[in-house]
Amino acid sequence: MSGKPRLTYLNGRGRMESIRWLLAAAGVEFEEVYLETKEQYDKLIKDGFLLFQQVPLVEIDGMKMVQTKAIMSYIAGKYNLYGKDLKERALIDMYVEGISDLMQMILMFPFSPPDAKEKNIESIKERATNRYFPVFEKVLKQHGQDFLVGNKFSWADVQLIEAILAVEEKVPAVLSGFPQLQVFKTKMSNMPTIKKFLQPGSPRKPPPDAHYVETVLKIFKK
Amino acid sequence: KPKLYYFDGRGKMESIRWLLAAAEFEEEFLETRDQYEKLLQGGSLMFQQVPMVEIDGMRMVQTRAILSYIAAKYNLYGKDLKERALIDMYVGGTDDLMGFILMFPFLSAEDKEKQRALIVQKATSRYFPVYEKVLKDHGHDFLVGNNFSWADVHLLEAILMVEEKKSDVLSGFPQLQAFKARISSIPAIKKFLEPGSQRKPVPDDKFVETVRRVLRMYYDVKAN
Repeated sequence: MSGKPRLTYLNGRGRMESIRWLLAAAGVEFEEVYLETKEQYDKLIKDGFLLFQQVPLVEIDGMKMVQTKAIMSYIAGKYNLYGKDLKERALIDMYVEGISDLMQMILMFPFSPPDAKEKNIESIKERATNRYFPVFEKVLKQHGQDFLVGNKFSWADVQLIEAILAVEEKVPAVLSGFPQLQVFKTKMSNMPTIKKFLQPGSPRKPPPDAHYVETVLKIFKK
Repeated sequence: KPKLYYFDGRGKMESIRWLLAAAEFEEEFLETRDQYEKLLQGGSLMFQQVPMVEIDGMRMVQTRAILSYIAAKYNLYGKDLKERALIDMYVGGTDDLMGFILMFPFLSAEDKEKQRALIVQKATSRYFPVYEKVLKDHGHDFLVGNNFSWADVHLLEAILMVEEKKSDVLSGFPQLQAFKARISSIPAIKKFLEPGSQRKPVPDDKFVETVRRVLRMYYDVKAN
């Protein structure tokens, strides 16, 4: 047991990617176990590793944590990425939950039928540009600070940079109306831990492809 | 006092009402599209959505953010990071379970029957066994840290909601039966369960119609 957190998931983004981002941003090294077969998954369940029979699973500090939000809240709390008090935490939670709603659309995208893909990209673009990005553009403009909350790097910043890059993969010019977010993107990308995560060879996973979708369906089929 | 902005019905606001059961709160009910547009134009809804709760000078949105804030403020969030992690995990589970119930009123009659079966199956094979075991293993009255927490409130809410779909759903779960009785008898919870409280009834067609009219959404909701 190396003492490093151990992540169990498929070899792809899915719901684990935000956790990888947060650990990486916090400068925490971690190990990964990749689910490739249904048998592996069934064994994890049989051995009682998965509280609700689901992944992500993160083994950390003697706990077998499941539930993406729970895991990220713990990591944010542990590594001081959760603000300095209850009110900052409330802001971070609001921002993260909003971004998570946008990320949910991206999460589901690979599993939508081919004839719905174009419509879904339009929806992602619409939500990003009309609902979510304007909020953070305004927040940054109003306080003029580098980070979203409390003038300090937090979980909210990590979640936002992840989302910006994910949306850009689908809608390349999406930041064109958002000068603050463009600056934010550059600043965050240059933070040492994030810069390292964005380089080849990091634990960051590529956009989901057909093989990933196939693996998900195979492993989790009822 | 906190002020809650939502429809006059359960939806995503109900878990917040449960958690505030011990505190007093006011409610403003959305009944018309105009009211909603006014809130939007006034900039009160960060992501253009409800629930919205005015609390401690903030206009909070995002159900989970609101619940976490309330839990921490009222000491229902455990004593340290590890207890908080457990509470978050347990609440994540009950939240997933209640998610199946949330969309139920919006489904077609045929889909409702399928969804009812799904809700009962998930409850009895995935979620209830977890909490049954937790309670059995430590033998305490409460799920986490031998102290009343958000996790207990959320689980009771989930149990009652599933029972509304199948009244004998707890028959294989003696620990949960005892848990239900214990938590229901906590004074603030007991009061919340009595007629005249701010607890909302099972959503009906009027609720569905109001949501659709105000949000202009959810006209064609499919089952999970």
